[in-house]
Formats: sequence, structure tokens, C-alpha cells
Amino acid sequence: MREMIVNELTQAVQDLARGFAHYLPRLIVMLILAFVGWMIAYVVKVVLRSILRFIKFDRLSENAGASQLLAKAALPSATEMLSRFVFWVTWLGFILLGVSVLGILGLQEQIARFFLFLPRLFVAVLILFFGMLAAGFSARAALLAAVNANVPSPRLLSLAVRSIIMVFVLSIVFEELGLAEETMLVAFGIAFGALMLGLAIAFGIGGKDLARRFLEEKFVRNKKEQDEDELSPL
Amino acid sequence: MEDGNFLTDDFLRQLINVGEVDILVGLPTHNNAKTVDSIVHAIRTGILRGFPRERAVIINADGGSRDGTPELITGISIDDVRRASSVYALRTLHAISTKYASTQQSGVALRTILAAAELLRAKACLVVSPESENITPEWVSNLVRPVYYDGFDLVSPTYCRNKFDGLLMTNLLYPMVRALYGVRVHESYMSEFGFSGRLASQFLGQNRWNEGAGENGIELRFTLAAVTGGFRICQSFLGKKDPAERRAADLVPTLRQSVGVLFSALEADFQVWSGVSGSQEVPTTGSDQELVLDPLRVNRKRLREMFVRGVSELESVFQSILSPSTLAELKRIAGLEEQFRYPAELWVKTVYEFAAAYQKSVISRDHIIQALAPLFRGRVYTFVVENRNGSANDVANNIEALCLEFERLKPYLLEMWKSKE
Repeated sequence: MREMIVNELTQAVQDLARGFAHYLPRLIVMLILAFVGWMIAYVVKVVLRSILRFIKFDRLSENAGASQLLAKAALPSATEMLSRFVFWVTWLGFILLGVSVLGILGLQEQIARFFLFLPRLFVAVLILFFGMLAAGFSARAALLAAVNANVPSPRLLSLAVRSIIMVFVLSIVFEELGLAEETMLVAFGIAFGALMLGLAIAFGIGGKDLARRFLEEKFVRNKKEQDEDELSPL
Repeated sequence: MEDGNFLTDDFLRQLINVGEVDILVGLPTHNNAKTVDSIVHAIRTGILRGFPRERAVIINADGGSRDGTPELITGISIDDVRRASSVYALRTLHAISTKYASTQQSGVALRTILAAAELLRAKACLVVSPESENITPEWVSNLVRPVYYDGFDLVSPTYCRNKFDGLLMTNLLYPMVRALYGVRVHESYMSEFGFSGRLASQFLGQNRWNEGAGENGIELRFTLAAVTGGFRICQSFLGKKDPAERRAADLVPTLRQSVGVLFSALEADFQVWSGVSGSQEVPTTGSDQELVLDPLRVNRKRLREMFVRGVSELESVFQSILSPSTLAELKRIAGLEEQFRYPAELWVKTVYEFAAAYQKSVISRDHIIQALAPLFRGRVYTFVVENRNGSANDVANNIEALCLEFERLKPYLLEMWKSKE
């Protein structure tokens, strides 16, 4: 009986030691990978930050309206955010690579999925950024054109332009990420339909007055004002 | 020598038939059938009277007219001019036409004229605007003579204008070109000008024609090229000029063609203008600035309203372009009712900050130019109010004071220009 217990204990200790001996090198490899990954991620972050500063990425982000959003949320600048994002993605990639070395069943599949998801995440971030850039540019162009043409409510017009573009951009981003595709499709359909219906009703009800005012301004008031204004800039 | 490949074979054939000339008159057109007849008449009379022994040619660069403008130009008989003006030429006076594009592009038109001048080895050249209905034969003489006889390379015109005409010229272009480049050329954006074959060749070779230089506003670039190239410049008084018909909606395209071109040139010419201090008069034949006081109807209320609205609606855009202190000051004056004035110092700072923002491309450059429009309207309002009852002398003094303000604040521009952010 005693001998059996000793044997089992020895066996258990041996198993533990074998297991430990089996995992220890893998753990060390994982830790080395994590450490090397941290160093590489850090270097990538520093290099990327310098490049972004050189190409004045913050100004681009300001034009896109992203900087204002970040500032409102008390977050660092766009350059810093992107650098940190790349740092964490790179480091996480190395950590997951290290974890996969441990050979834990089930986890490897999840890790593979994560790596497959990374390109889509990157593309989605790019689409979001350039979408915001396009929305900001178009909104400002609309605002300037409206102010210089003396169109009523220029800021509203500019906001409408920005919103329409952003709705399109977000729907593409969510589709790219594969997140709630159907929900987004339905939400987009409802939002866009509601916008168009709202505009149709607004123009239908207010159109009569608007058309009258437009025609008056175009052919009566403007003509009068032009007659009064004989300045030539050059 | 510039590669003349962009000229059509037919045009080259016509140029070969003409041979070398002494005087070349360029006439860029685009649907100008209504005015071109009297203009060509004046040009021909001017040449016959002033230069009867010289070989001369009129080159029409047409931007796809559909009203028969080129045919009118080439069809005018020299005999009609001789009969009407009782003048006789000892040489043939050619008139040839080429269609450079199907749309109007003043840059391409000028390039065509310059290339023709180079190929024909013209000694003195002249470009006439097809809108200058009140051109007289003396204009030809006044613009060509300083080049042909006195060795000048560029003859810039001066006109007799209404005191409220050309306010972009008097409130921005003239003072800024004068302060930065150090030359007092009143009409840097010229519709008529005389120039030497030497300047034509130089500009033809140096201008970056394929980088958007085919767009409008090339006349200003031409003036600046003459200044930076150290060419001899003078001014010649032409008399009364009828203002071109422009509507309020034309302000933004006008700003693009003039202020946009100036801001863009500042970048390339930095080495030249950064070392200039003060300004020099250029030799002038006749008056350098003649103002008439005929009343003009100006809708001051609308000017002020558009300024106030612009400052309020475009605040987010101005935050990227202007310094906080300038923006705060603009907001303050926009809040004033009848006492509203846009002071010279603030206007100069605004323009310089716009120029620096343009150089740094803080936002789209075209948006920067568009954003200047409401502010310019505010400045126009102030200028009109301040000079409403002023004599020609008072107006001239006010323009001079503004020029000095531009010169005084030049270090402010340099400081912003050199700063990294």
C-alpha cells in the first residue's frame, strides 16, 4: 500500500517534471518572442511616429476632422494614436505567436483567426481614415461654396454633406470588418431612406415658398443688387 | 529655345510664310466677335501710324470661338484701315490665327503667342485684351515704343480708373507685390502689356507649363518673372479703361487667378523676395495712377453682411489659417454695426497669414483662396466707406498708406514663413 502511494507520488512528480520540462522551453521561447516582439514593436512605433510627423499626418487628420474627435475624447494626437495602435497590434501578434508555441489545443485556431482578421482590421482603419478625410474636405468645400454664394444655412448644408459621406463610409467599414453586416445594411437602408423621405417631405411642404424665394432672389433681388453693385475687382 | 511642338502644323506653316518680324501683336480671343473688329482696327492703325517701316504681324490665339472671331480678325482688310485712318504702311501687315484649344485657357494662349514671337524673332511684342473696347491706336505706340526704342523688357500699363475700380488690385495685388518684390508696378495683373523678345524667350523656357501653368492668371506670373529675372520694367499710361463686366459671383475665380497665382509664386520666388526691403519706383511714361470720381453704385450693406456671415460661418476654417489674435480681432470687428471698419493693419496681417497658410498648405490651397473672399468684401466695404467723399488725392494717399503698411509688416510674413508650424 505504502509502496503504491510512493510510486504514484513519484509518477505524479515525474509527470509534473516531464510536463514542466516539456513546457519550460516553450515558455522561455514564448517569453523571448514576447520580449523580442516588444522591442520590434517599439522600434516600429518610433519609426512610424517619425514618418507620420514628417508627412504631417496630424494636419491630414485635422483636415479629416479626426483630431477634433480625438481631442473631444481627451485622447492623444492622431500620430500618437496610430503609432500606439501599430505598436500594440505588432506586440500582440508576437505574444500570440509565442502562445501558439505553447501548443495549447483550441487556442491555436483562435490565434489563426486573429491573424486572418488583422488585414481586414487594417483596411477598415484605412477606409475610415480616408473616408473621414473625404467627408471633411467635401463638407468644407460645401461650406465655402455656400458662404460665397450667399446660400442660407451653409453650416447645415456642410453637415448634411459630411453626414451622408460618413454614413457611407461607416457602412463600408462595418462590412469590411464583417461586424453585424445585416444590421448595418438594414440600419443604413432605414437611415438613408428616412433622410430621403425627410428631404422629400421638407421640399414638398416648404418647396413652394423656397421656390418662390429662390426665383425672387435669382431674378428680382439679385438683379436689383447687381445693378447696385458696379465694383470690378481687377 | 522652347520646344514648339505644341503648335499646329498649319500655324507653323503660316508663321514660316510671315518670316521674321519686328513687332508682334498677340490677341487671345474666345467668342469676342462683338469687340474684336474695333480692337483689330485700332491695332492696325496704331502699327501703321507708329511703325510704318517695321515688319509686323497680328497673332490671334483663339480658344475655340463659335462666333467667327478668328475669321473676323483675319478678314479685316488693311485697305479699310488705310482709308479710315489715312495712313500708309511700307511693309505688309500680316494677321494670322490659330485655334489652340476648344476652351479658353489664357496660359495656353499666351504660350502660343510667346512661341510665335520666338520663332519669328520679334523684337517687340504686345498683348491686347479682346475685352478692351476703348483701345486707341496710341495704346500700341505707348506699349511698344519703350521696348522697341528704349530697350525695356516689360511695359506694364497704367489706366485712368474710377476710384472704386480694381479694388483687388489696389488693396492686395499692388501693395503686396510692391512690398515683397520691391517694385512699384501698379498693374501686375495686366490685360495689355508690351514685352521684348528676350523676355518672351526667357519666360517660355522657364515657366513650368505642364504643371498647371496653362490655367488662368498667367499674366501675373509673367510680370513676376520679369521682376525676378532682373528685366527692365517700365509703365506706360494708356488712358481710360472700361472695367470688365464682373458679377459678385465672379470674385472667387478672380481670386484664384490673381491672389492664388501670387501666393503660389511666393513659394518659388522666396530667395528673391525674402532679401528685398522697401520698394522702388519704375520709370513711367505719363501718369502712374489717375483716378476719376464718378459715382458708382455699391451695395455696402450686402458687402458688410457677407463679411459678417463669412466670419461667423467659416470660423472653423479660419482657425486653421489665421492666428488666434487675428481671428479674435476679426470676430470683434464683425460684431460692430455701423462703426464696422476693417483696419489696414489687420487686413495686411490677414493677407500675410493667408499667404503663409497657403505655403504650408494647412488645408486645401483652393479652400484657402475661397475663404479669403468674404474677408476681402469686408475690406472693400471699409475702403468704400473711408473714401466715399475723398478726392482723388485722398484715395491715392490711402492706397499709399496701405502699401507702406504692407512694407512695414513684411517681417511678420517672413517670420511666419520660416516657422515650422
